[in-house]
Amino acid sequence: MTKDPGRSGADARNDAAAAARAAERDRDLSLLLAVLLTLIGIALLGIYWLALNEAEGPRLADLALGLVPRTGVDNPVTAVLLNYRAYDTLMELAVLLAALLGIWSLGPAPAGFQRSGRALAAMVSWVVPLLILAAGYMLWVGGYAPGGAFQAGALLGAAGVIVRLAGDPSAGLPGEHAQRALSVLGVLVFALVGLALLWLGDGFLTYPPSLAKWLILLIESAATLAIGVALAAAYVGGRPATAPASTLASGKAGARTEPTGEGN
Amino acid sequence: MGAQFLFGGVGVVLFVLGLWSFLVHAPLLRKVIALNIMGSGVFHVLIAVAYRGDTAPPDPVPHALVLTGIVVAVSATALALTFGGRLMDMDKDGTDDA
Amino acid sequence: MTTLLILFDVLLLGTLLALAFAAVLSVEPRRAVMLFIAFGLWLSLVWARMQAPDVALAEAAIGAGLGGALMLAAARRAARVRRSEANGSTMP
Repeated sequence: MTKDPGRSGADARNDAAAAARAAERDRDLSLLLAVLLTLIGIALLGIYWLALNEAEGPRLADLALGLVPRTGVDNPVTAVLLNYRAYDTLMELAVLLAALLGIWSLGPAPAGFQRSGRALAAMVSWVVPLLILAAGYMLWVGGYAPGGAFQAGALLGAAGVIVRLAGDPSAGLPGEHAQRALSVLGVLVFALVGLALLWLGDGFLTYPPSLAKWLILLIESAATLAIGVALAAAYVGGRPATAPASTLASGKAGARTEPTGEGN
Repeated sequence: MGAQFLFGGVGVVLFVLGLWSFLVHAPLLRKVIALNIMGSGVFHVLIAVAYRGDTAPPDPVPHALVLTGIVVAVSATALALTFGGRLMDMDKDGTDDA
Repeated sequence: MTTLLILFDVLLLGTLLALAFAAVLSVEPRRAVMLFIAFGLWLSLVWARMQAPDVALAEAAIGAGLGGALMLAAARRAARVRRSEANGSTMP
C-alpha cells in the first residue's frame, strides 16, 4: 500500500496499475457479495414474516412466567438464567473461563498505560468504590428487578478497566494465584451446588423451593466475582505478572515481553 | 405483529450488514466489529420475538439466552483481539530479524 | 398516539441502522470503534424500549462498555505498531 520513493518510475507505474486492477477486482467482488447477501436478507425477512404469521403454538412464556413464584426469585429473567436453564449459565461461565485461559496462554500482559494525572486519579478514587457498591446493589436487586450476576460482574470488570486506565498495570486485580482461584470460583461453586443437590437426590441443579433463593444468591455472588475478574483480566490481555520470587519464570517472561516493551 | 416485524426486520438487516462487512473487509479489528454487529442482529431478532406489545409481559426465555450470548460474544471478542495483538507482535519480530 | 409511537420507533431504528452502517464503513480503526460503542449504547436504548431492561443493562455495560474498551485498546496497539513500522522503514 505505502509508496516507496526509492523505486524507478516504471516499476511504480506497473505497481500502480496492478494495485488499481486489484482494487477494481475487490470492488467487483464486494458488490457481488452485497447483491447476494441482499437476496439472502430478503429471503430471511420473508421467512421471518411467515413465521410471525403462523398460528401460535403452545408458548413457553406462559409456563415460564407461571412457575416464577416457585423459583425463589421474582425476576423472570433471573429465574430462567439460574433456575430453569441453569445448565446454560454454568456452560457460559465455563466459556468465559476458557476464553480467559486462552488469553493467558498467549503470553504475558502488554505494558500498561502511563500514570494518570491528579484529576483522573482523584476521580478514580471516587468512582471505583461507587462501582463496587453499585455491583453489590445490582447483584441483590437481580432477585426482583432488572439486574443480576452478569450486570454486577460487568460493573466490577468496568472498575478494573478504569483502574488500569489510571495507571495500575494489573487493573487492581490481586496476585496470580488469587486471580486463578477467583476466576474458577463461579464454575466451582455452581458445579458444587449442582453436585450436592444431585447427591441429596433432587437431581443436578434442581433446587428445593425452600432453599432456592439462598442457593441462587450463593451461585450469583460467586459468578459475579468470577465474571468481574475474568472481564478485567481479559482487558489486561495477558498472563498476570508472577511474583519476583520465581526468577526462572520471570527471566523467560522478560525475554518475551521485549517486543511490547520497546513499542511503548 | 407490525412492531414485531419492524424490530425483527432491523435485526435481519444488521445480521446481513455484519456478514457483508466480515467477508469484504480485511483488517482484524473491522472483522471483529462486523462479527459483533452480526451478533447484535441475532440478539435483536430474539428480543423482537420475545416482545409481546407494550401491555403483555415479554417472554423471559429469549432474554436469558441473549444475556448469555452477550457475555460469550465479549469473551470471544477479547480472545480474538488478543490473538491479533500476539500475531502483530510476531510479525514485527519477523521483520526485525530479516 | 399510535402513529406517533410508530414514528418514534422508526426514528429509533433508523438511527440504529445508520450507526451500524457508519461503524462498518469507516476505515479508520479508532473512528470505527467509537461508532461501534455508540451503536451498542443505542442498541441498549432500543432494547429498553422493547421491554427488555435486563438485556439492555447487560448490553450497555458488557457489549458497548467492555467490548468497546477492548477494541479501543486493540486499535491503539495497532496504531502504535503501524507508527513504529513507518519509522523503521524511513530510517535506513
